[in-house]
Amino acid sequence: MAGTSLLTVRGGTVTRGGRRILDHVDMHVERGQIVTLVGPNGAGKSTLIKAALGLERLDEGDVIRAPELKIGYQPQKIIPDHSLPLSVRRFLTLTQAAAEAQLRALLADVGVPHLMDASVHTLSGGEWQRVMLARAVLRRPDLLVLDEPTQNVDTAGAVEIYQIIARLRDDIGCGVLMVSHDLHVVMAATDQVYCLNGHICCSGHPSDISHDKEFQKLFGPAAATTLAIYPHAHDHSHAPDGSVAHDCGHDHSHDHYHTR
Amino acid sequence: MDLSLDNFVVRAVIAGLGVAMVAGPLGCFVVWRRMAYFGDTLSHAGLMGVALGIMIGIDPTVGIIATGVMISLLLLALQHQHRLPSDTLLGILSHAALSVGLIVVSFMDQVRFDLMGYLFGDILAVTRTDLAWIYGGGAVLLGVLAAIWRPLIALTVHQDMAVAEGVARLSVRLTFMVLMALTVAVAMKIVGILLVTALLIIPPAAARRFAGSPESMAVITVVLGGIAVAGGVAASLTWDTPSGPSIVVTAALLFVLSLGAGLATRARA
Repeated sequence: MAGTSLLTVRGGTVTRGGRRILDHVDMHVERGQIVTLVGPNGAGKSTLIKAALGLERLDEGDVIRAPELKIGYQPQKIIPDHSLPLSVRRFLTLTQAAAEAQLRALLADVGVPHLMDASVHTLSGGEWQRVMLARAVLRRPDLLVLDEPTQNVDTAGAVEIYQIIARLRDDIGCGVLMVSHDLHVVMAATDQVYCLNGHICCSGHPSDISHDKEFQKLFGPAAATTLAIYPHAHDHSHAPDGSVAHDCGHDHSHDHYHTR
Repeated sequence: MDLSLDNFVVRAVIAGLGVAMVAGPLGCFVVWRRMAYFGDTLSHAGLMGVALGIMIGIDPTVGIIATGVMISLLLLALQHQHRLPSDTLLGILSHAALSVGLIVVSFMDQVRFDLMGYLFGDILAVTRTDLAWIYGGGAVLLGVLAAIWRPLIALTVHQDMAVAEGVARLSVRLTFMVLMALTVAVAMKIVGILLVTALLIIPPAAARRFAGSPESMAVITVVLGGIAVAGGVAASLTWDTPSGPSIVVTAALLFVLSLGAGLATRARA
């Protein structure tokens, strides 16, 4: 059912070694929604994801997951030890058994039907991303968590992966929480963007660029409908140490908790 | 020729095959999870287990299992602090336990204590009771391992992924550590404290080249381990060499052969 709350982080705060990594972060994902998390390196994106998944403890605040929430998680990197022989077929069934036909359909869905018996140690960056995505959706999760699903993939590849994610979301009816390594270009189907830099700097909807002639010319019409620009609406800037410097005279359009 | 259990050679081969069946799959995890040093620590602590077991009058095998489980729990607890790396902690536990074992042994001048037998094993001295331990314990062990197989493989590939998708990390890891302690206790009878790790890691290392999945690697490891045991016993009988080291040398030869097979395949390709 659309609109059902899957995951809520309320006032999430994490301090490690005296450094505040997350500062009163609020985030919310509903069923059917695609939520994208952007932010510079070291902004705490992976920490927030891990806290949301219960892998990292919050020092303050709460994580509320829907009861019996079934999660499919695609981590940023999986590097299986070379001593472990692992075919794509076996990788797909790591946490969930499945029939051969189901695996075949799934690999066809993500566009790599020929890789079933390939060793995961031989996959290219783009193939690996598709196989990891296939594995995460095999168990038909309620919430799909993707940490940089278009890492090591060129723009054309990213467009295809975003199209696959949108199709899988429609098919399974899950919510999607995704980290993007690109600060400005996000998946067009995103319902909500959170820009994180220790705290939530701003959040909102991406802008439609499907009719942008220049963008179409540069990246093609498919890219223009699949990708979108996220116009950041920051009312402050960050000093090199990450602390917040407000530009006076601005309307502060939303609340921050500046405890540093 | 007498092929009943009264023949010590028959007992030796049956015991060795039983140990190979158990050590194979467990040994694969030792390689995949880079736990060779943990295997060493468990077997070194085994001597302490034997010595303490004899001292307080319980079965030495029970003593080995108990100390193995205790050392595992201690390691888990110590790993919660992050200042010292795991291999340092293992080194401390391993050598402290070995030394305690040797000191306790030195006090036992009334009891006949075959230190060399424990250090290097004596497969030709296997008794019917030992066989019961190996096959009884082995069956339980393989049953439990089968039950945690999928989650344990998932944890081995990517811990966070497995936990996020519902694998109970702590209970699976604890179960695995207890299985390791049991395996070491059983394998010690065959190759002794100093060579247990070799029996755990050499057969899977030789099997890697021929395996396409974790499951097939475990099966091939069992076969190679069985060949190593049988070959080692045969060598020991033929040339009167010590049995434990003969088994390990046979396994090492299989590993070298597997390297050669790999080179041959690559040359043809």
